[in-house]
Amino acid sequence: MDLAINPFSSGTRLRDMIRAIRACKTAAEERAVVRRECAAIRAAISEGDHDYRHRNMAKLMFIHMLGYPTHFGQMECLKLIAAAGFPEKRIGYLGLMLLLDERQEVLMLVTNSLKQDLNHSNQFIVGLALCALGNICSAEMARDLSPEVERLLQSREPNTKKKAALCSIRIVRKVPDLAENFMGSAVSLLKEKHHGVLISAVQLCTELCKASKEALEYLRKNCLDGLVRILRDVSNSSYAPEYDIAGITDPFLHIRVLKLMRVLGQGDADCSEFVNDILAQVATKTESNKNAGNAILYECVETIMGIEATSGLRVLAINILGRFLSNRDNNIRYVALNMLMKAMAVDTQAVQRHRATILECVKDADVSIRKRALELVYLLVNDANAKPLTKELVDYLEVSDQDFKDDLTAKICSIVEKFSQDKLWYLDQMFKVLSLAGNYVKDDVWHALIVLISNASELQGYSVRSLYKALIACGEQESLVRVSVWCIGEYGEMLVNNVGMLDIEEPITVTESDAVDAVEVSLKRYSADVTTRAMCLVALLKLSSRFPPTSERIKEIVAQNKGNTVLEIQQRSIEFSSIIQRHQSIKSSLLERMPVIDEASYLVKRAASTQATISSDKLAAATTPGGSLKLPNGVAKQPAAPLADLLDLSSDDTPVTTSAPAAAPNDFLQDLLGIGLTDTSPAGGAPSASTDILMDLLSIGSPVQNGPPTLSNFGAPGQAGTKLAPATSQVVDLLDGLSSSSPLSDENTAYPSITAFQSATLKITFNFKKQPGKLQETTIHASFTNLTSNTFTDFIFQAAVPKFIQLRLDPASSNILPANGNDSVTQSLSVTNNQHGQKPLAMRMRISYKVNGEDRLEQGQINNFPAGL
Amino acid sequence: MGIRFVLFVNKQGQTRLAQYYEHLSIDERRALEGEIVRKCLARTDQQCSFVEHRNYKVVYRRYASLFFLVGVDNDENELAILEFIHLFVETMDRHFGNVVIFINPNNFVSCDCKDTQAHDHADATVVFHLFHQCELDIMFHLEKVHFMLEEMVMNGCIVETSKQNILAPIQLMEKTS
Repeated sequence: MDLAINPFSSGTRLRDMIRAIRACKTAAEERAVVRRECAAIRAAISEGDHDYRHRNMAKLMFIHMLGYPTHFGQMECLKLIAAAGFPEKRIGYLGLMLLLDERQEVLMLVTNSLKQDLNHSNQFIVGLALCALGNICSAEMARDLSPEVERLLQSREPNTKKKAALCSIRIVRKVPDLAENFMGSAVSLLKEKHHGVLISAVQLCTELCKASKEALEYLRKNCLDGLVRILRDVSNSSYAPEYDIAGITDPFLHIRVLKLMRVLGQGDADCSEFVNDILAQVATKTESNKNAGNAILYECVETIMGIEATSGLRVLAINILGRFLSNRDNNIRYVALNMLMKAMAVDTQAVQRHRATILECVKDADVSIRKRALELVYLLVNDANAKPLTKELVDYLEVSDQDFKDDLTAKICSIVEKFSQDKLWYLDQMFKVLSLAGNYVKDDVWHALIVLISNASELQGYSVRSLYKALIACGEQESLVRVSVWCIGEYGEMLVNNVGMLDIEEPITVTESDAVDAVEVSLKRYSADVTTRAMCLVALLKLSSRFPPTSERIKEIVAQNKGNTVLEIQQRSIEFSSIIQRHQSIKSSLLERMPVIDEASYLVKRAASTQATISSDKLAAATTPGGSLKLPNGVAKQPAAPLADLLDLSSDDTPVTTSAPAAAPNDFLQDLLGIGLTDTSPAGGAPSASTDILMDLLSIGSPVQNGPPTLSNFGAPGQAGTKLAPATSQVVDLLDGLSSSSPLSDENTAYPSITAFQSATLKITFNFKKQPGKLQETTIHASFTNLTSNTFTDFIFQAAVPKFIQLRLDPASSNILPANGNDSVTQSLSVTNNQHGQKPLAMRMRISYKVNGEDRLEQGQINNFPAGL
Repeated sequence: MGIRFVLFVNKQGQTRLAQYYEHLSIDERRALEGEIVRKCLARTDQQCSFVEHRNYKVVYRRYASLFFLVGVDNDENELAILEFIHLFVETMDRHFGNVVIFINPNNFVSCDCKDTQAHDHADATVVFHLFHQCELDIMFHLEKVHFMLEEMVMNGCIVETSKQNILAPIQLMEKTS
């Protein structure tokens, strides 16, 4: 604690600081110690303390390593570098490399010191400067100091040469134009004996090849001899203790040379020819019982695969990989799999031979190996082996551990979709995957499955029966439940009556109530999410029409959810109950089977929607005039049952709310289908997020342009402000109104009046008029009615609209509103919607008046404008 | 570039040495170290020494309680990096003395164990003690370990593989100071 109190103390020893940090039991304690030390170091720096500069720097490095900011030490590094002594320079350069990076401007200040040190007579100081330059130099510094480095490449000291060579790598990487300056010296360095120089020179050559085409050509001509000689020397040399690793002389040099040979031989037959022999020698002579030897073999195989090698050499390489693959050591198997991926491009057949072994690796206990193997298997799949490979993978899916199922499922699904030759096989595989790993199947995959089932009329019976069986067996898999429930809802009668039996099928006896049971269980499963439950409710509703005898029971099940805390479920339950109970006449047409989903347009959409789901909402909104009546595709084909689709798709509308929160949805159909309530409720956001999956699936195809049912005679239930009124009555009203609804024929039809506002005291109704040909403009006649027994005086109506709408208010007919609705005041509003067709009208209003001389104020928002304004 | 970073981490996940050859901010480094250490420490000895992380590979080796991790590009020779780690450890051993390198034979089957005297120290507590010492050596001589690494790796490329050459400048410096 002394340190914190006395900032001028020269601080603790490095060792003591480390001890203190090690003794810390919590992160907070560690932070406190570090803060104290940093304060002391800062103080020492500002004091200009010279004695402990070295030590402070070492401390800073330690603090930096622990992940604390140390920028205040940067200038100190520069000072240390500028010092004369070697130890100061040493720690200064180390600090420079650790604490600074090339992006910091401070770095420019060091250029001069570096230049001086590069010209120093002491080779160790030159080495320090080269090392620092090689690690952190920026493009500007590279240009400035390149001549010094070029000169040092010619130095007599091997230590200087090797560092200068590596430093050149950095320079060439930063400024590729400088590559030609280094070509000559790089080649001459290859004649050296010192391994450090050789390995650096080989790496410099590799970098030069990457940096410029000319350099590549030059090196192809000039350095191959040298490379072959180096490789021959190191592989034939007798025991060299300094470089020996497990009986092999300098495997690192081997590997770098082989790598450079790969770069040079790539796409160049002459070079490849030239290195053929030495590669064959390395591939056959290197011992493979040690890791170092295997590392060389591995690199050698990669080079053989990379260059234009002879076929004999390639066979040799593939055989080495085969040996690797059967090795007990996981590291070796890992690199073998890695290498086989690259070999795929060269020789698919040869890799196919190892398929069985690779498949075994997919089942390995080690996740790194499994991942590699799975990638490889995925590449190996072709039309011929898709079926057996898929079978293997699906079989493994059953026993694989949870973390891996995600990857595995995605790959299987992708294979199945890519290589399915017949639909039956596709369906079978998908059903298996859904049963085994339904929780991991991505939404777009099961959506595609539903689209396919919807299109394959001859397989629908088979699908629903298989899915039913799977559902009974593994009801825990989320996406399996969804697909099954959807199919049972749609094709329930095929399940019960065994319609469209295939030869391979065993007949099953499923009663109507069994089917309902299955859906009920899914609905009640505690882990089912909102989307699944919502789909279950829709399926039940559909079953109530398919199996009339179960209708009563379904009514009960549906009604149980009337009190569900999730708004989406509650609302569906309430609406569906009312449909079952009160609307037998329209129910059957309402609940007809979904029209066939257009496969082609789904695929297009799937491809597009991978980018953003929101965009699909916008698309749908844009193609529907008014942006409000978003009818799904089915209606165009089956106008008899438009509402059936709507009800199926209620979740479909939710994204509109999320995508355009400013323009709140404003028609009754949306209210009916679960959006309006979502809007007014604070919990509304939750279901909308999860239910938009149906949207992707079902809102495909062209939305209806004309003929949507309007809901003109609805009376006055839907006020934005008071929408929490019991939903049941609203719905009933709505549905009662349905029978009398008349289709909208064209744009000029009169728009229905609405009750824009109603409170206990005041009611406002709007009448709409549009001039033909002026779509954007609407004239609204507002009439105000006083519902109380007191006369309102000083009555003022004010309105506000969003920016894209222009509003003009005409004077009101009077500013006194007689009591008891005896007469009403009228006022005209002219509205111009500049985004007509994209956004609906929206308006807020404020009404002020006086009752018996007392000020009153009422406010409201109008969300229920008719569509198309 | 080859090598992206070199990390030493103890069993508790505390970083004992960190050298990056590409620039990362402090936050990025902390996040990266945390993620990698969590991944590597969770692996068993039977599993292979390579972990794929983001767009590069981590080659790691465990010596008793210390993990040596090297992040490399995807096209780097993983087996060679394993050898590199071992070389580094041997170099430290030569310099700091009395730290005996012990290769966990399960972790690394094909490696040559003969030259490491692993069998001479069958007593687990002895080995543990020595490795505790090794960790301390690294901590208390952080700058020396950095100097060694500096001699071995520059800008992500291997410069020197001879222990003698690596240690020469450091020993020279110790003699003079």
